[in-house]
Amino acid sequence: MSMDESLDEIANPLNHPTVTLPVSTKSTPVIAVREIRKVYDTGSFKVEALKGVTFSIERGEFVAIIGPSGSGKSTLMHILGALDVPTSGSFELAGEDVSEMGEEQLAEVRNRKIGFVFQQFNLLSSLNAWRNVELPLIYAGLDSRRRRQLAIDTLGRVGLGERIDHRPGELSGGQQQRVAIARALVTNPALILADEPSGNLDSKAATDVLNLFRELHQSGRTIVLITHDRDVASQAERIISIRDGLIFEADRSK
Amino acid sequence: MNIFETLRTGLSSILTHRLRSILTILGVMIGITAVILTVGLGQGAQSQVASEISALGTNLLTVSPGSSTSTGGIRGGFGSASTLTLSDAQALANPIVAPDIKAVAATSTSNATLVAGGNNWTTSVVGTYPSWLSVRGRSITQGRFIANVDLTTQANVVVLGSVTAAELFGGRDPVGQSVSINGVPMTVIGILNTVGSSNTSSTSASLDDQAIIPFTTFRSEVVGGANRDSVGSILIEANSSASLSAAYQEANSELLALHGITSSANADFSIQSQQSVLSTATSVDKTLTILLGGVAAISLLVGGIGVMNIMMVSVTERIREIGLRKALGATPRVIRRQFLIEASILGLVGGIIGVALGIAGAVVLPHFISNPIELSIPAMVGAVVVAVAIGVGFGVYPAGRAANLAPIDALRSE
Repeated sequence: MSMDESLDEIANPLNHPTVTLPVSTKSTPVIAVREIRKVYDTGSFKVEALKGVTFSIERGEFVAIIGPSGSGKSTLMHILGALDVPTSGSFELAGEDVSEMGEEQLAEVRNRKIGFVFQQFNLLSSLNAWRNVELPLIYAGLDSRRRRQLAIDTLGRVGLGERIDHRPGELSGGQQQRVAIARALVTNPALILADEPSGNLDSKAATDVLNLFRELHQSGRTIVLITHDRDVASQAERIISIRDGLIFEADRSK
Repeated sequence: MNIFETLRTGLSSILTHRLRSILTILGVMIGITAVILTVGLGQGAQSQVASEISALGTNLLTVSPGSSTSTGGIRGGFGSASTLTLSDAQALANPIVAPDIKAVAATSTSNATLVAGGNNWTTSVVGTYPSWLSVRGRSITQGRFIANVDLTTQANVVVLGSVTAAELFGGRDPVGQSVSINGVPMTVIGILNTVGSSNTSSTSASLDDQAIIPFTTFRSEVVGGANRDSVGSILIEANSSASLSAAYQEANSELLALHGITSSANADFSIQSQQSVLSTATSVDKTLTILLGGVAAISLLVGGIGVMNIMMVSVTERIREIGLRKALGATPRVIRRQFLIEASILGLVGGIIGVALGIAGAVVLPHFISNPIELSIPAMVGAVVVAVAIGVGFGVYPAGRAANLAPIDALRSE
């Protein structure tokens, strides 16, 4: 993806995501993982968190990755989020091989291609809503006027158009998570990666947030939802179960 | 991410943690203020001493009588014997004998009580020659100085220092008035210029508090005495400061010859230049400046460690924020730069406030202590540069730690 194309997308967020994506990426999967292993070497002993995982996720899919704690689900999420690299195997993100990248390149990939949504929201409490949303655009190098415009537009898209100047402390949990989702969407990334996005919310707010993910999916977004909760996972159209570092079942029931 | 964004982020983080930032700035600020004030005090003392000593007369050599060796081999105390005579002074004034000597003034000094009307004032009375004025680098503000004719006629005339005149006559015009010295009436013919500054240092004050009379009058009226040809000291003015050491050599060898002394170790006189007094005094001041400056530098170092400490706390406290920024695409370089900028802003602000306080101190303090404080622009610019360097230098380690945090660990920390 060239710089011009990516900027075009940013200038035109969310409205026509299927049309604005370059043709060349249309046939390639958003995520292509092949025989991924991850070994944590603590010196005295080695822990094999992933023991050879292979799957792919196509554009526009809504996939839940489910597994109990210690299953390797978090490790997989870190690799999918370009926060970490696998010990062996290959990982292509929207056609780009991420498995061999260094720190600086990984940071750039995270900035351009991935939108994170965390269980803890991870908003900066000193910044108001739109300042939080513009953060990834600062690292992308956009000028301040475009950043502000995009941040406000995206907040409107998640239903917080009236709250752009509120700080996280002045917002409810559900609203904070919406700000975080706006932050994930604002760069128009290839992949939305959500780690237990409803884990810290009451049931009503959790339902709202999951509904928002469904809406985003319907508008063509590629979403990967990591959870330990079967009910949450059932919102997705496909579930990848992971246990003991291996894919346990890949359910395409929906 | 451009430099303005980094600056904005750094500033907003500093403003968010206001108390912590103020405490850090305080450390740097105290160090910088201390450096500016101590260096200023040292330089002020040096230039004060220099100006006081140069007020004593430039290119000046003072020949003082030394100890005389009695036949029993017992040395008399320094200055106890007047081994210098008028003929010594005349010999030194000869341009063939001593070409580098411009002028010579023999002087004798005695304390005496001056009475004018109802006022009396005890001061030092100096008997000397007309050349005294140029040798001491003085001038006359009112009336005239003693002239050769006053010497030959042993005229009862006196020239007063400004302080002496004020003590005796108050606001009245002293020229033409009569003053009695040790009971001998004398006419005031002139007033010396004022050299003492507003401060009350003893050297300056004594320069403005004296009475000058012709040497011959001094010899006959003020001191009665045994050897009337002996003089208290001989003041020598060299042609220039460059020829001061040549003048010294000429005076030394001429006096040794006149006194029939073969080894200068046995000399019955001593020659002192103002330069030697000046260099002793300034070297003492320099030592003091170095000492005080050292203390100030240590306080600056402590301030720097304060910056590092606070930045470490800041990194630890903001591990989650750093993790988040990294997850959103901040590279290690951007994170490092952000922390370095924060540290250098703290240093810069501390430095600027420190310089401002230093200037304020330099203005206010001299009202409470007698020492002047001299501010130098290079020292102030240097202080600000040092303050920023301290911020950056002590910020490198914390910034590196922040930059190298793994984003996952950072995000996971609670």
